[in-house]
Amino acid sequence: MHDKTLAELSRLLAEGSTTSVELTRHFLDRIAAHNDSLNALITVTADSALAAAEAADAQRAAGNAGPLCGVPFVHKDIFCTDGVRTSCASKMLDNFIAPYDATVVSKLSEAGMVCLGKANMDEFAMGSSNESSYYGAVKNPWNPDCVPGGSSGGSAALVAAGLAPAATGTDTGGSIRQPSAFCGITGIKPTYGRVSRYGMIAFASSLDQGGPMARSAEDCALLLQAMAGFDERDSTSVERPVEDYSASLGDSIEGLRIGLPEEYFGEGLDPAVAETVRAAVAELEKLGAVVKKISLPKQALGIPAYYIVAPAEASSNLSRFDGVRFGHRCDAPADLEDLYKRSRAEGFGEEVQRRIMVGAYVLSAGYYDAYYLKAQKIRRLIRDEFLEAFNEVDVIAGPTTPTTAFALGAKTDDPVAMYLNDIYTITANLAGLPGVSLPCGFVNDMPVGLQLLSGHFTEARLLNVAHRYQQVTDWHRRMPAAYQ
Amino acid sequence: MTLGIDDVKAIAHLARIAIDEETLPTHVKNLSSVLALADQLKATDTDGVEPMAHPLDAVQRLRDDVVTESDQREKFQSIAPAVQDGLYLVPKVVE
Repeated sequence: MHDKTLAELSRLLAEGSTTSVELTRHFLDRIAAHNDSLNALITVTADSALAAAEAADAQRAAGNAGPLCGVPFVHKDIFCTDGVRTSCASKMLDNFIAPYDATVVSKLSEAGMVCLGKANMDEFAMGSSNESSYYGAVKNPWNPDCVPGGSSGGSAALVAAGLAPAATGTDTGGSIRQPSAFCGITGIKPTYGRVSRYGMIAFASSLDQGGPMARSAEDCALLLQAMAGFDERDSTSVERPVEDYSASLGDSIEGLRIGLPEEYFGEGLDPAVAETVRAAVAELEKLGAVVKKISLPKQALGIPAYYIVAPAEASSNLSRFDGVRFGHRCDAPADLEDLYKRSRAEGFGEEVQRRIMVGAYVLSAGYYDAYYLKAQKIRRLIRDEFLEAFNEVDVIAGPTTPTTAFALGAKTDDPVAMYLNDIYTITANLAGLPGVSLPCGFVNDMPVGLQLLSGHFTEARLLNVAHRYQQVTDWHRRMPAAYQ
Repeated sequence: MTLGIDDVKAIAHLARIAIDEETLPTHVKNLSSVLALADQLKATDTDGVEPMAHPLDAVQRLRDDVVTESDQREKFQSIAPAVQDGLYLVPKVVE
């Protein structure tokens, strides 16, 4: 069962070949057998999962089950789940039982999905390797000495290892796409504003976006359908109808214009990764796509602009963790300032503290214009450059990451080296664009991700292109030997 | 931008994070390298470019000024570190 896609499991449920209870038990057993070695889940909610599975089976028996009804999955531990610990992989929230459900959580519950637990991640989604988690690093199922990527590293690892057919993720600078690439799964970051951020613990509010992670584009289409939509409780949610993502999956891509930016194939890219991605693009050409070289010179500004905007917003968002209303509180505070400072020093890990401090600095009097305002202007230049490119091409293709998954501990002492991992993913967040990463081959037995970007609200096109590719390739069906 | 020890102490105070003296040199080094990365933007001409706060240039939505939330004080305070009589407790602020 665990080598099947979500869409296949959905069909088995629909034809009565299996039940939600059977699937849920199977995946809970998988988690029990493998989570100790992978460390992909922080919390397992076996009892509530089995209760939800029974309810889903009853709903199906009553004849009103949708395609996701009864399908097990895992939430990234950044989504608030009423009555269940929502830690954001931080000591700060180790004792935090969320008092309400995030919109994404209620939407997937309403669709009848069965949540098996909460996935490990980088602390407050800040990281590219899942090594900043308070609960320890997640291992890459393809090689336990390598990172799974981050910040949605637990989500990616558990899907790759078949501990669940799908997981939710969030992407602020690449946190869905980069771990999807490192673990050989498919993940989509929707257009900014497409999926509600209500109840998704905020890191950088103008960049954060939730999305699905699963085996295939077809799976992601089903999940995104349930996750997307306007939500009045998120002030940046976009009031616009949701397309039918599954309906156009099989459409022909004859004549599709694919842009290959020279900047995505330059210095720093592993030549073997480049070759693998070029082969994937050639496959799309065989399906009728037309490839065109383009140039996006402003892309190089993405990382510096991001490391101003994201920490600035993080320093503001994370000021709510004050040791007063919820979360970690230090022992015996001498005064209010001591309460704030020691609770935050004890509750936040090193990377989170670093980003809060960078943010506090770039927003401080005398530096705001030189840093934050400047970065916001650069953001416009980057977005406009993309929009101009999308006059010429429909989709931009390239590698998701410059290399395959790197070794655990390789970059933990050098924050800037870690940041450079997101060089191809980060600009989509700055521009608010949707992006998908899908497996397109292996280098030294580690998965390689192909990234596809397109214009605002064209998720259906991205999923269509990804699905067509997956119909003629089987990279997305590969599973690591230890977890088959 | 290269920071000094005093700069980092001032930033840590702004961020309300207590820093151990012995970790200060590491913070100086790491924060300086992140800011050096950020400084790469300075060479780009942005004269006449409007700052962009939202990728779709959206503005805040307004809603009717009516009560939409119910009182859940007890539920919210059940996860607080210290409460008494419906109030959150903090160290004495006024002597």
